[in-house]
Amino acid sequence: MAHHTLHMPITEAQVRALRAGDTVTLEETLYGIRDATQIHMFDHGRRTKFDLRGHAVIHTAPNLRKVERSGTNHSGYEAVCVGTTTSDRMERFTRPLMEREGVRIIIGKGGLREGSLDAFRDLGGAYLAVVGGAAALETTWIEAVEDVDLDDLNPESLYKFRIKGFGPLLVAMDSHGGSLYAAVNAEAARRRQAVLERLGAG
Amino acid sequence: MTLMTKPGVEPLRVEPEAIEEAAKLLYIRACKILPDDIKAGFARLDGSETDATAKTILATMIENIGVAERMDNLLCQDTGIPIFNVLVGRHVQVDGWALKEAIARGTARATREHPLRSSVVHPITRKNEHTSCGERVPVINIDFTDAERELRLEMIPKGSGSENGSFLQMLIPADGVAAVKRFVVDRVIQAGGKVCPPTIVGVGVGGTSDLCMHLAKVAATRPLGSRCADAEGAKLEAELSEAVNALGIGPQGLGGDSTAFAVHVETAATHITMNPVAVNIQCHSARRASATFTPAGIEIGF
Repeated sequence: MAHHTLHMPITEAQVRALRAGDTVTLEETLYGIRDATQIHMFDHGRRTKFDLRGHAVIHTAPNLRKVERSGTNHSGYEAVCVGTTTSDRMERFTRPLMEREGVRIIIGKGGLREGSLDAFRDLGGAYLAVVGGAAALETTWIEAVEDVDLDDLNPESLYKFRIKGFGPLLVAMDSHGGSLYAAVNAEAARRRQAVLERLGAG
Repeated sequence: MTLMTKPGVEPLRVEPEAIEEAAKLLYIRACKILPDDIKAGFARLDGSETDATAKTILATMIENIGVAERMDNLLCQDTGIPIFNVLVGRHVQVDGWALKEAIARGTARATREHPLRSSVVHPITRKNEHTSCGERVPVINIDFTDAERELRLEMIPKGSGSENGSFLQMLIPADGVAAVKRFVVDRVIQAGGKVCPPTIVGVGVGGTSDLCMHLAKVAATRPLGSRCADAEGAKLEAELSEAVNALGIGPQGLGGDSTAFAVHVETAATHITMNPVAVNIQCHSARRASATFTPAGIEIGF
């Protein structure tokens, strides 16, 4: 179980070096994306001004405060609370995110499914688990909301965060077919019958 | 002519302005400070967890509770769908319509003035008014209690990750209680890590379809350590608590013993032909806040 510090963006070789069970800390840049963002990007054909190639996206929709645009803050927002949402709803967007936009890493909670695992293997990608519901802590890893796109979808806009020490995150799905979620789900299915029998419901 | 109050009893009068202020305060407070029973639940799970990854995840969750309090920040980014339970005691005088309007105004003010993310949209157009309000939202549940000259306002920001883990099955009498148990176990497996475990699994048994789901929500949002008032329901929640924690799903669905703080059951009488069961899940950020109005003043708690 290795620990990796990744300065974003990264190469295919770097993402393929990640193995399920490893831990990762991200530095520099992270993009926030969510249901409506991806529905508009992939179902409605909207394009983003951001170059996401080699980057990491996190399933989020933050609490923000409006501020004046100044210096390196092109978004007009500062972070109040940035956390992570359940990834499963966005399962079908993994492959287009990687194929069309060149995304290498998806950060979320609760895991993605078989289709995403295939995309990670075919295209070179990984899913990193953050602890969901630990948003106050996660917010301390966000330095700034540098820029924003598709902001008519607020709070489900596409955000560019400047980050520092974002992690440790757990590699929960890798590019070699490894998925901690699949392993846990298989184990739960295996234990189910004995659990039901103890309940007199076998 | 019927008198509104007993002669000699001065009713508790609660003004809409006080409700509005309380609704605003409670929404923000609930998002920031976890109830003591949930904190104790974390300590209990941390003490009994045997999986190394699970222990690390629980430690991060516990750390987050401290960070939120120290930095006066939200525990979770999900401000949820705002739910208010209004419990009206005896000899309380309140303008019900004004109360509902005041709760919505307080909710909108919390959203704009803190600011909080408005997580509420029109169900078809998906338009967000940025007030955390919309048609029939905040959800307001009004009930009556025997507390003398007391009005209690409870606020629950119900997160969507766990709310999406809601299931109803209109079982039939021939399915028996065994099918109720199977339903709960299978829905917990289906929900997996998506509902942000460790959770409180709320189970409704009986009633009508809508009452059954409401019971599941009541069960999911009541304090840890509380028991179902019905003896059979209490037995069921003890059995099911042990069962779901034997599945190995663990915190965040990444494996371990701590899948649920508890399974809570609420029951209601049902029809001779019916055997309904519902599951509603509360995530580990099991947030609540309350304001109790009495002649002595307003007490803020959980």
